[in-house]
Amino acid sequence: MSFLLPLVVLLPLLGAASALIAGRRPRLQAILTVVALSATLAVAIVLLVAVDTGGTIVVEVGGWSAPWGIVLVADRLAALMVVTSAAVLLAVFIYTIGQGLADGDDETPVSIYNPTYLVMAAGVFNAFIAGDLFNLYVGFEILLAASYVLLTLGGTRARIQAGVTYIVVSLLSSLLFLAAVAMIYGATGTVNIAQISERIGEIPPDVQMIIHVMLLVAFGIKAAVFPLSFWLPDSYPTAPAPVTAVFAGLLTKVGVYAILRTETVIFPGGALSNVLMVVALLTLVIGVLGAVAQADIKRLLSFTLLSHIGYMVFGIAIGTVIGIAAAIYYIIHHIIVQTTLFLATGLVERIGGTTSLTRLGGLLKLSPIVGVLFFIPALNLGGIPPFSGFIGKLGLFIAGAELGTPLSYILIAAGAVTSLLTLYALMRAWNLAFWRPKAEADATGASEPGDEAAASAAAHLTEAPGATQTMTARSAPRLMTRATAAMVLLSLALTVFAGPLYEIAHRAAQDLDGPGAYVHAVLGSDDAP
Amino acid sequence: MNASLVLIVIMAVMYACGIFMLLERSMTRVLIGFLLLGNATNILILIMAGTVGIAPFVAEGVPAEELHDPLPQALSLTAIVITFGLSAFLLALIYRSWHLGHVDEVEDDPEDIAVGERDVAVEDEESDPQFAADTDFESEVATAPHADQNDRRTGMSGGSE
Repeated sequence: MSFLLPLVVLLPLLGAASALIAGRRPRLQAILTVVALSATLAVAIVLLVAVDTGGTIVVEVGGWSAPWGIVLVADRLAALMVVTSAAVLLAVFIYTIGQGLADGDDETPVSIYNPTYLVMAAGVFNAFIAGDLFNLYVGFEILLAASYVLLTLGGTRARIQAGVTYIVVSLLSSLLFLAAVAMIYGATGTVNIAQISERIGEIPPDVQMIIHVMLLVAFGIKAAVFPLSFWLPDSYPTAPAPVTAVFAGLLTKVGVYAILRTETVIFPGGALSNVLMVVALLTLVIGVLGAVAQADIKRLLSFTLLSHIGYMVFGIAIGTVIGIAAAIYYIIHHIIVQTTLFLATGLVERIGGTTSLTRLGGLLKLSPIVGVLFFIPALNLGGIPPFSGFIGKLGLFIAGAELGTPLSYILIAAGAVTSLLTLYALMRAWNLAFWRPKAEADATGASEPGDEAAASAAAHLTEAPGATQTMTARSAPRLMTRATAAMVLLSLALTVFAGPLYEIAHRAAQDLDGPGAYVHAVLGSDDAP
Repeated sequence: MNASLVLIVIMAVMYACGIFMLLERSMTRVLIGFLLLGNATNILILIMAGTVGIAPFVAEGVPAEELHDPLPQALSLTAIVITFGLSAFLLALIYRSWHLGHVDEVEDDPEDIAVGERDVAVEDEESDPQFAADTDFESEVATAPHADQNDRRTGMSGGSE
C-alpha cells in the first residue's frame, strides 16, 4: 500500500500541470481538475482504511533510509485529515464549476484558477504527510504561495489591499518557522520529526523552550490563534466565495494540525499547555464577540472561524487521549461545517445580491432551499444536538472536566458561552436574511436607523463594517446548490457515523499519546530508545 | 558547535534592518525588509551547519569529519528559491497596487476604520434585559432602549474623550 502515499501529493501536482497545458480549453481543464481531485480522494480513502487496519505507512522518498532521506508519514491522524480535505476540496471545486458555468469566464480567470487550486491542494496534502520539519515548511510554502494567487485573483483594488496584509503576515510566519527549523537543526542535528523527538530531551531546557515558542508562534499565525489572528477577518472576506470557503476550511486547520504534531510528537511534555489554554480562552471569547458585532455574513463567519480555532487548541492543550481525540473530531467537523457555511453564504450573495445583513431580507420566499442549506450548518456550528458540533464540544468538555484543573473549568464555561453566542450571531443572520420581509430590509437600508419598529433589530448594524456592499442579484445555479447540499449531507454524516469516526479519532489520539508510536513507525525498532 | 562571529553579526544586523523595513508603510520597503529577513534566515541556517569544512564530495581518502555539512546547504538553497519566487510575486503585487491607485503604501482597512469610528453605545444590546427577553425582534424594543442608548451615548462620549 505504501506506493499510494506519494500519489496524494503527486496527483494534484500532475493535475495542475495538465490543467495548465489545457489552459485554453476551460471544459477540458475542469474535467482534468475534477479527475485529479476525485482520484486523490479515492487514494486517500484507501490509505485511511489501510492505515487504520495495518498501522502507520512510511515512505522513504528516493530510497534514502529514514533519518537521512525525506520521509512521508501517514498515521491515522494524517490519513483522516487527507480524506477530509480531499472531500472538501472536491466539493468546493464542483461549486466553483457551477459558478463559472453560470457567469461565463469573464469574472474569474479560470485558466489560472484551476492549476493554482490544485497546487494548493498538493501543498495541503504535503503538509499533512510530511515526516520532516523542512518538508512541512515546503508544504506550507506551496499552499501559501497558491493561496496568495487565489486571494488576489483578478487583481481588484480591494483584493490587492487585503492580499498585502495576508501575504506579509504569512511571509513573516514562514520566516519564523524557517528560523525555528534552522535552530532545531543546530540543536539536534536533524530535521526528521521522529529523530528530533528522540533527541529533544538531550538539549538544554531553555533552548527547548525557545524552539518550542518559536514553532508555536509560527504555527499560531497560520492557525489564526488569538493574538496572532488579526489578519484573518481583513483578508478572507474579499476573496471569491469558494476561495474563502476552502481557505476557511483548510488553511487554518493545517496550522492547527502542525500545533497538534508539535505538542504530541516533538514536545510531548506539555510544557506550554497552560499557555495554550489561556490562548484558547482568549481566542474563543474575543473571536465570538467580534462575530456578534458584524453586519456582513462573510465577516461574521470569519470571526466565528477564529473563535472556534480556540476549541481545537483547547483540546490540544488538554493533552490526554480523550482530549486529543475530541480535538481531532472537532477539526474534521469544523473543516466541513465552516466550508459549508461559506458556500451557503456564496449562494446567499447570488440570490440576495449582497452579504450585508442590513440589506438582505425575504430570502426564504425567494429560495427556501438556500434557507435550509444555511440553517443546518448554522445550527451545527452553534452546537445544537444532534449535530456534530454538539458531539465535538461535548467530547472536549468531558475531556476538560476529567482534567479537572480550574483553568479547564473556566475554558468549559467559556466554550459553552462561545457556543451560545455563535448560535446567537448565526441565528440573527439567518433571521435577518431569510425570515424578515424584504420591505423591512429596504426600510432599514434606506431610512434612518430605528425609524421603523421592527427594523430596529438590524438598526445597530447599519454602522457596522460591511454594511453597504452590494452587487447584482442572480439566480443560484443548480450545480452550486447541489455542491452545497452535498457538503450539508457530509456534515450530517458526521453525526450519523459519529460512532465509527470517533473511534478512529480515538485510535489516532492513542497513536499520539507519547511520541513512541510515531518514532517507532518512522525509525523502526532498532533505532528506537 | 563552532560558529563564525562575523556571520552572526551580519545575521543580526540583517534581521534588525529587515524588521525595521518591514514595519514601514511603503510596500517597496516591506519588500526590501522581506528580502533582508529571508537572507538573514539563510545565513542562520548556514551558521547552524557548524564548523566550516571542505566541499562535501565523497572521495577516496577524505575523512568525513573534514567535510562541510551538506544538509544546511540544501536547506538554504531551497529557502533561497522560495524567497526568490515570493519576492517576484510581491513585486508584481506592488506594481499592480501602483497601477490601480498610484500608491505604494499599505492602506488602512476601511472596515477597521468603520469599527473604530463606530458609536460605542449602539453595540451592547446583550446587556439590555428588555432586548434579551425579546428574542423575536418585535416592536417595543424600538422606543425604550433607544432612549437608554442615547443616555449611554452621551455618557460614553464624555468618558472616552
